[in-house]
Amino acid sequence: MSATLIAEQLLNGLQLGVMLFLMSAGLTLVFGVMGLINLAHGSLYMIGAFACAAVVGATGSYWLGLAASLAAAAAAGALVEIVVIRRLYGRDHLDQVLATFALILVFSEGVRWIFGAFPLYLDVPESLAGAVSLPGGIQYPLYRLLIIVVGLLLAAGLFLFISRTRIGIRIRAGESDREMIAALGVDIDRLYTLVFALGAAMAGLAGAMVGTIQSVEVGMGEPVLILAFVVIVIGGIGSIRGALVGALIVGITDTIGRFLLPILFGLVMDPSSATAVGSALASMLIYILMALVLILKPGGLYGRPLPLRS
Amino acid sequence: MISEVRLNQTLVLLLVAVPLFGLIVDQPYLVTLATRVAILGMAGVGLNLALGYGGLVSFGHAAYFGAGGYVAGILAHHALNVEPIADWPILISGTTEMLIIWPLAMLFGAALAVAIGALSLRTSGVYFIMITLAFAQMLFYFAISWPSYGGEDGLPIYVRNRFPGLNTFDPLTFFCICLALLMLVLWVTSRVVGSRFGLALQAARQNAERTTSVGIDIFRIRLTAFALSGAMTALAGALYADLNRFVSPSMLSWHTSGEIMILVILGGVTRLYGPVAGAGCFVLLEQFLGGLTEHWQFWLGLMLVGVVLFAKGGIVGLLTRRPADA
Repeated sequence: MSATLIAEQLLNGLQLGVMLFLMSAGLTLVFGVMGLINLAHGSLYMIGAFACAAVVGATGSYWLGLAASLAAAAAAGALVEIVVIRRLYGRDHLDQVLATFALILVFSEGVRWIFGAFPLYLDVPESLAGAVSLPGGIQYPLYRLLIIVVGLLLAAGLFLFISRTRIGIRIRAGESDREMIAALGVDIDRLYTLVFALGAAMAGLAGAMVGTIQSVEVGMGEPVLILAFVVIVIGGIGSIRGALVGALIVGITDTIGRFLLPILFGLVMDPSSATAVGSALASMLIYILMALVLILKPGGLYGRPLPLRS
Repeated sequence: MISEVRLNQTLVLLLVAVPLFGLIVDQPYLVTLATRVAILGMAGVGLNLALGYGGLVSFGHAAYFGAGGYVAGILAHHALNVEPIADWPILISGTTEMLIIWPLAMLFGAALAVAIGALSLRTSGVYFIMITLAFAQMLFYFAISWPSYGGEDGLPIYVRNRFPGLNTFDPLTFFCICLALLMLVLWVTSRVVGSRFGLALQAARQNAERTTSVGIDIFRIRLTAFALSGAMTALAGALYADLNRFVSPSMLSWHTSGEIMILVILGGVTRLYGPVAGAGCFVLLEQFLGGLTEHWQFWLGLMLVGVVLFAKGGIVGLLTRRPADA
């Protein structure tokens, strides 16, 4: 086990982390501003990936595919917000969970209807294939490196958007007092649709980029959605900064745990049972981390303290 | 409109009549369908105690359902392969006796619910939903990556477990066992909900501050209810494993959690028999839509969205046109 191997795993963890951030940012924004828990966020991720695969298949251009993933996910998000989600803002969380769970069924089955049950494969475009040498003699795939850069840029952009632009100010105002900003003449419905579409677009882009290194299939959004939940529980629901920190923690913990735990157990056990115990424990690691955070800070790292009432 | 008591009686009558009808017209699959309704209904009754009466929206009840299933599966697996589960410090061997499996499944479900509940009940609202979901998912991944009991492929139970004096292979007998247990669980739930404990639980849902200020420890009340709820759902899981003679991680998946939740909400939250009505509807829809189109989940999803947006109170609420008692 060499230092470069660990550095490579760290980069992989970082890459998972920024992807998780793109997913969690939308979830946490939608919860923070509209008070809505959206289980169908994973479907938007899936829609982004399928849109990318379809457009790349038709045109051969990967960049058009990425644009399509943004557009399709944003459009699906806006549509679903206007038709269904909008009616759920005032409802209790139970209704929101059930309705968005039902939306997952609709989206997953709808996509399977259109594209069939077989996974699609996206290739890394030739200009981005291959590896680059990083300082320290690490060879790392260019495409994965680009994912990290794009993710970090988007995170920075989102922070600027929320803190500096007029719309960002309105979004934050809507978070603290929706009646007041409606009274000030802001079209709150349009603002909500916009926030939802923004979150959807980021999820869609994440889906397309991850779909390129994995496969594009129905149900691909669900494991990521659950990870994103863990992320925002750790970071504190509603906090974008918390989502970033939580995403990086989860991404790196998960990747490093899967890599190191079997090796560590291998020091004290025979190889085959070390692999079994190590990988079983590694798959539970982030949930254990989440439990620890909850014990120490029930509201998450950057969350507001919880009220007693449910 | 009919009264809720009358509706409940009709439900049970229907549940008994369907398998008998199935035997008369020689459609034995109807017996299996009714058994599924009874078992899923039981899982729903368990969830309803936490979600409905306690206001604890658990999105991770698949954990207890699957845990019950795995208890049944693992015990039977060891018994059939004649290998002890542990030979140190004391010899523990597997068993195929339902009367031993059930209490163990319930105990395990309750213990699991206490562990998960003790952590999740520190939070509330959306946090609670996500955390229960995440812990169930943790078990799901654990079951997938732990190779001893089949891992991702699941664990078959080659012979249905035994009940003294009864032939459990006979579908109708097995249905009767499930139905009897369902009625027992319903009876226990009605007693619990009407007891001082149940009233405190519902008071904690309606106003936590006030309940705390009259001196009730709502955390303990909720944790107890959660454990009870987990035990009931685990019992249903053990029966479900026996019905299919197969346990797999899919019993632990979040789709299962979602389905149990759908049953409860479809039937009507805080209605004693609501989950049974919901389970009946769900299984019927699955059969009916599944027969019409391969993509039945699409239509099921659309219907559910419709139910949430336009039919509050579920089936029982719709038919009785009366708000729930609780």
